[in-house]
Amino acid sequence: MWVYEKKLQYPVKVSTCNPTLAKYLMEQYGGADGELAAALRYMNQRYTIPDKVIGLLNDIATEEFSHLEMIATMIYKLTKDATPQQLREAGLAEHYVSHDSALFYNNAAGVPFTAAYIQAKGDPIADLYEDIAAEEKARATYQWIIDMSDDPDLNDSLRFLREREIIHSQRFREAVEIVKDDRGQKKIF
Amino acid sequence: MANPLPKEYYKQLEEIQAADFVVHELILYLDTHPTDQQALSQYNQFAQYSKQLKRAFEAQFGPLQQGSPNPSSSVWTWNSTPWPWQV
Repeated sequence: MWVYEKKLQYPVKVSTCNPTLAKYLMEQYGGADGELAAALRYMNQRYTIPDKVIGLLNDIATEEFSHLEMIATMIYKLTKDATPQQLREAGLAEHYVSHDSALFYNNAAGVPFTAAYIQAKGDPIADLYEDIAAEEKARATYQWIIDMSDDPDLNDSLRFLREREIIHSQRFREAVEIVKDDRGQKKIF
Repeated sequence: MANPLPKEYYKQLEEIQAADFVVHELILYLDTHPTDQQALSQYNQFAQYSKQLKRAFEAQFGPLQQGSPNPSSSVWTWNSTPWPWQV
């Protein structure tokens, strides 16, 4: 089970209403390499991963949900004062006619989230390599969003999230070594 | 949210976020380095510190966690604003 904490993992400040930037951030909300995909991927893989690395998948999945909340907070704050005219200029007219200012699990191009974005192969090496790749893709996406953003307050939070992807990737690489060592030992018996 | 939040709210919240970040980083590290004595002792130290900060914050600004005591005997405060995306 999970217990909710009424705080973000890291503060999210935005400088101005900026629906264009919110549209880009939807890539990390409902996109293929976004936070929802990450959380669901690790949470689902943990049941069949070797015992020694269950904790890591569990704890990174939990952190991904807190990142999903940070991305949602960014999108919410960047769009909450936007007029329909501003949303149209940002390319969010189609979003507006379906959702008003509600958030939705779309990518930046408006494509809805699908479980086909994530994998669960049951083979620990295949799954952990998928996880490393997912973290590196998310890190790259954060960098491209930072490159497109001119909001210094928001960029501070985005840099934090980018750094977290690096940590997760490194931990997953350690998990690969743990799984390999464990397999090697079993062969002896 | 009727009233703007006092500066003290943000200051204390950021202290908690910083302490919990240390705790979380150590959790992930210990998941792959479970016998690192220094990390274990740092983890216990910061877990304790985070609890202290949260107790002080909750006494002043209301519950942060599900399961924390309700500070009023007449009204349920968990459901009160601000929620994290409103601060």
